[in-house]
Amino acid sequence: MRRAYFKFSWIAAALLAPQLLIIFVFFYWPSAQALYWAFTLEQPWGGGNTWVGFDNFRNVLSDPYYWGSVRVSVIYALATTVLAMTMALTLAIFVDRQLSGYKAYRVAIIWPYAVAAPAVGLAFQFVFNPGAGIFSYINTIAPGWWDLSKYPWQAVTAIVVAGAWKQVAYSFVFFLAALQSIPRSLTEAAAMDGARPLRRMVDLQLPLLTPTFFFLLVINITDSFTDSFGIVDTLTGGGPFRATDLMVYKIYADGFRGFDYSGAAAQSIILMLLVMALTFVQFRYVEKRVHYT
Amino acid sequence: MIERTPILNIATHAILVFGLILILVPIWLAFVGATLSLQEVNSAPIELWPGDQLWVNLKEAWALSDFGQKFVNTLIVATGVVIGKITLACITAFALVFFNFRGRMLIFWMIFITLMLPLEVRIVPTYAVAANALTPFQTIMDWTGISWLITTVSGIEVALEWNLLNSYTGLILPLVATATGTFLYRQFFLTIPDELVEAARMDGVGPLRFLWDILIPLSKTNIAALATIMFVYAWNQYLWPLLVVTDRANYGMVVVQLSDLVPDQLTTGGGTPTWHLAMAATLAVMLPPIAIVILMQRWFVRGLINTDK
Repeated sequence: MRRAYFKFSWIAAALLAPQLLIIFVFFYWPSAQALYWAFTLEQPWGGGNTWVGFDNFRNVLSDPYYWGSVRVSVIYALATTVLAMTMALTLAIFVDRQLSGYKAYRVAIIWPYAVAAPAVGLAFQFVFNPGAGIFSYINTIAPGWWDLSKYPWQAVTAIVVAGAWKQVAYSFVFFLAALQSIPRSLTEAAAMDGARPLRRMVDLQLPLLTPTFFFLLVINITDSFTDSFGIVDTLTGGGPFRATDLMVYKIYADGFRGFDYSGAAAQSIILMLLVMALTFVQFRYVEKRVHYT
Repeated sequence: MIERTPILNIATHAILVFGLILILVPIWLAFVGATLSLQEVNSAPIELWPGDQLWVNLKEAWALSDFGQKFVNTLIVATGVVIGKITLACITAFALVFFNFRGRMLIFWMIFITLMLPLEVRIVPTYAVAANALTPFQTIMDWTGISWLITTVSGIEVALEWNLLNSYTGLILPLVATATGTFLYRQFFLTIPDELVEAARMDGVGPLRFLWDILIPLSKTNIAALATIMFVYAWNQYLWPLLVVTDRANYGMVVVQLSDLVPDQLTTGGGTPTWHLAMAATLAVMLPPIAIVILMQRWFVRGLINTDK
């Protein structure tokens, strides 16, 4: 811990004030507001909110559409995470061999991180479009077999592929950094003992990546809950038949199109708890339990 | 590396090239789509090789979406977020690390918790605050009776209002209100040796001078890393600007504009989908952040790894 400090004065208070003010107005107040709305119901002709206890939650939790949304969010979270991390790990391990041209490979894998989610959604809508994109080939062979706007499973596949595509770069950066921080002496010692590159990947590099792996697992799942809005909005618009109505998308639709603030707030609170639980797991268990140093 | 592995090397290249193809194909198709004419882009087996309409399509999409003003807006917002974020992160972390006072850990945790809930999760109430950013103070004053006091004493009705909808401030401030950079800075400040602080104090240097003359020059790497990350983050914002800006002509951002270009029944009115324009606009919108990431690759990677999102 630090020993030398400046004396506390108005300067420190003045330096802290802007940040505290901003997070109070734009973070704590809205969060409290969400709680308030979640437990109250706005009167239809004005006149303030009445306390309704857990009614909003009961309504949300007894709504089959909500559970449909939860189901597809979980599918989306798991599928994108598995796809993106598998891809990122494979690429990172082979890029890490640092053969000629590895810098070019690295740039080529990293840049998709910078593509905005709605742009990804729009590009993939074109790619998956039954009339114009590459899938028009399929439809010339089997007309009508592929149509995102008709078949829920195809729409879900499309958002999963688009979401995974967007996530690869992030995981890749972390995997590569973790691989490059493995001490060279370890690799050399393994090589001296006769471990060939593939053997070293399985028995040396992969175990040493465990902390990064769990970290990314949590981050990717959290991101898929929060970051998916842009992709869904431009790629499927939540359809067909609410098949891709992810949780954030449903909050937006209920709150801003349906003007059901209380319902949207109750859903927000549930999502907040979920995200907080995941973050908590990450800090409490993942960062502490898994380490090899 | 350590041994000769010709077969594995070939396999490595093969796997990487295959991975790259998977990553590049969607963007390549989008690019090809942007270079075709309306008829070509909608003919059933799509072209896989670019046509010659790219410039024409870009110009048409640009005019259609009125991109000129929107690019300026996006640039203003992104720059605002970058500057605001770096400044706030720097001074907050400085106060937390170099001053010793009671409640320091409390404030630290209060800021830390903001990392847990991204804007998307609390979007509905944050929007309500943006409609009048002084609501919190108004409510507090009403509750505590201060506004009643003011009204009875001076006869002035207290009605604080500061509408942030359709303004740059409204676009920027909520994006700045997280702890993202604060921890990057805190980590860095914690590595500053005590001796440096002691030497500065012995020379009679005050805290602000210390921050400005010693810490900020030392933290250039941090600034570059944070700036890259925050620029990309701000440029790519979608949900927040979609809600806050209803006056798209004056305050619209480019990424939001993409939602108007989705060629569905709404935009084409049952006509032929204008994929060529949608793809041209997509390319234009995603280029600036990609350029930043590629040009600032080193800082970007460092920023990504060190910032807790």
